[in-house]
Amino acid sequence: MADPGADAGLALEAVTAGYGETVVLDRISLALPPGQTLALLGRNGVGKSTLLATIMGHTTLHGGRIAFAGTDITALPTWRRPRLGIGYVPQEREIFPSLSVEENLTVAARGTRWSVARVYDLFPNLARRRTNMGNQLSGGEQQMLSIGRALMGDPTLLLLDEPLEGLAPVIVDALMESFARLKREDSLAIVLVEQHARLALAFATDAVVLDRGRTVYQGDSATLLADAERMGALLGVAG
Amino acid sequence: MAPHARDAARTSPVDSLVTRHRLRPLELLPWVLVIPPYWLFDTYLPLGSEILIMVLFALSLDLILGYAGIVTLGHAAFFGLGAYTAGILAANGWGEPISGLAAAAAVAGATGYVTGRIILRAHGLTLLMMTLVIVLALNEAANRMGWLTGGADGLSGIEMWPLLGLFRFDLYGRTGYVYAAAVLFVAWIFVRRIVHSPFGRSLTGIRENVTRMHAIGVPVRTRQVTIYAIAAVLAGIAGGLLAQTTQSVALTVMTFERSGAILIMLVLGGVGRLYGAFVGVPAYMIAQDNLARLDPVYWYFWVGLMLVVVVLFARGGILGIVDRARDLVVRRRP
Repeated sequence: MADPGADAGLALEAVTAGYGETVVLDRISLALPPGQTLALLGRNGVGKSTLLATIMGHTTLHGGRIAFAGTDITALPTWRRPRLGIGYVPQEREIFPSLSVEENLTVAARGTRWSVARVYDLFPNLARRRTNMGNQLSGGEQQMLSIGRALMGDPTLLLLDEPLEGLAPVIVDALMESFARLKREDSLAIVLVEQHARLALAFATDAVVLDRGRTVYQGDSATLLADAERMGALLGVAG
Repeated sequence: MAPHARDAARTSPVDSLVTRHRLRPLELLPWVLVIPPYWLFDTYLPLGSEILIMVLFALSLDLILGYAGIVTLGHAAFFGLGAYTAGILAANGWGEPISGLAAAAAVAGATGYVTGRIILRAHGLTLLMMTLVIVLALNEAANRMGWLTGGADGLSGIEMWPLLGLFRFDLYGRTGYVYAAAVLFVAWIFVRRIVHSPFGRSLTGIRENVTRMHAIGVPVRTRQVTIYAIAAVLAGIAGGLLAQTTQSVALTVMTFERSGAILIMLVLGGVGRLYGAFVGVPAYMIAQDNLARLDPVYWYFWVGLMLVVVVLFARGGILGIVDRARDLVVRRRP
């Protein structure tokens, strides 16, 4: 296993983590070079969200090491991690209800690459809602705002936790198009946790499948997508 | 290019903060209302000064409670420190008001910063208890250090020099009233700038979702300690003003009861909206003054009843009622 820190991207080495005494992730190792995309898959409750939360430092780490952008971030306080370039979009979206759309963005503004105008260009719907308060948005708009807010911190890695959950097909298409654009134009590294396995595999270059806190598949997403039988066995999706 | 996209491209975040928070005419209302009592109710000017001082105190509490979401029962500690600092200076031969206020602000602010760094590690009930402990401990310290503070008898012998070397503090409280109003005005401009700044917006974010603020890279603890210290500075100034305008300091400046009372006044007016302090404090203090005269025995009962009604039926305090009334009117209009 390569020394974490030697890698410029994201590297997890034998990470064991959970909530308090409870261990959810069992010796997870993975590496994501800059600009690469990863589909993180698995059935419900296998630890996908916990893995993203662990990268952000929201969970209890029992062992292993996490490195990002050449820095060991294993013990780094959560608030310093976005400053290294990790953008996190939580599953619950967690928009600030008392701030307007625009304030939800400006409150997270840090770097120079991303601006409010650029987020509006990516998500024109938000521009129309700019003066709405955070609690006066549709689910799709909340998701866009949550992604936009993460982008305002100028990330080089975006962690997306089930961003398509419960959204209308037309919004799903719009979001997938925006992810593709981020990958293409911004060469953003993206970790996509998703229940729509095919959608995620078609999007990402690499795939990791978790089962009960362990890695059961790690490799090319195209290979997995082509192997219907294996996918069925790992994810419980029909061939 | 669609029109909205062009709009978006033109607007910087700073512009949007400026436009959304441009001074509305209504915001000047308190400053218009502050003028007539100087001539109309000149026998009530000492009460007027006290109201202005408590508004400043409530405003400082709103910064930490309403914006940053830090619930405290110990805010009077800073009010009391300010009062004792200004009072002790004046009782020992330095009666210059402005520098006295600066000293009050410095002592309260430094204490706020140091205690904030310690207690803001805690949350919820633990934090609440610690704020309580601080005010109780300081109160007892003031009680024991009678040689400095006058203890339970109160600090006496305060002699103020004329304000700016020109205006003597008169028996009717005219100078005190104008002085308190001027200090409150300056503090209001300062607080208004804070809450409408990106720093102020980040406090709202912290109140609503601490985890999320961590995850977008905000050093939450540092921000909390900063605003806690700023609120302590303002509370210290309020306390200093009380000492200087009444020319006495009693142990009651630094009690749990005062912490609770200011919390109640703020809740009555409306929390987290900058003007709750300007509405709640006068409403409470004028009601208290009148009730105490009308029903000298049971007046506290009426104050309590008023609060129960507000808490049960008027979430958001008096300003919350105003909001809902305005919504009704606006909606009814075609």
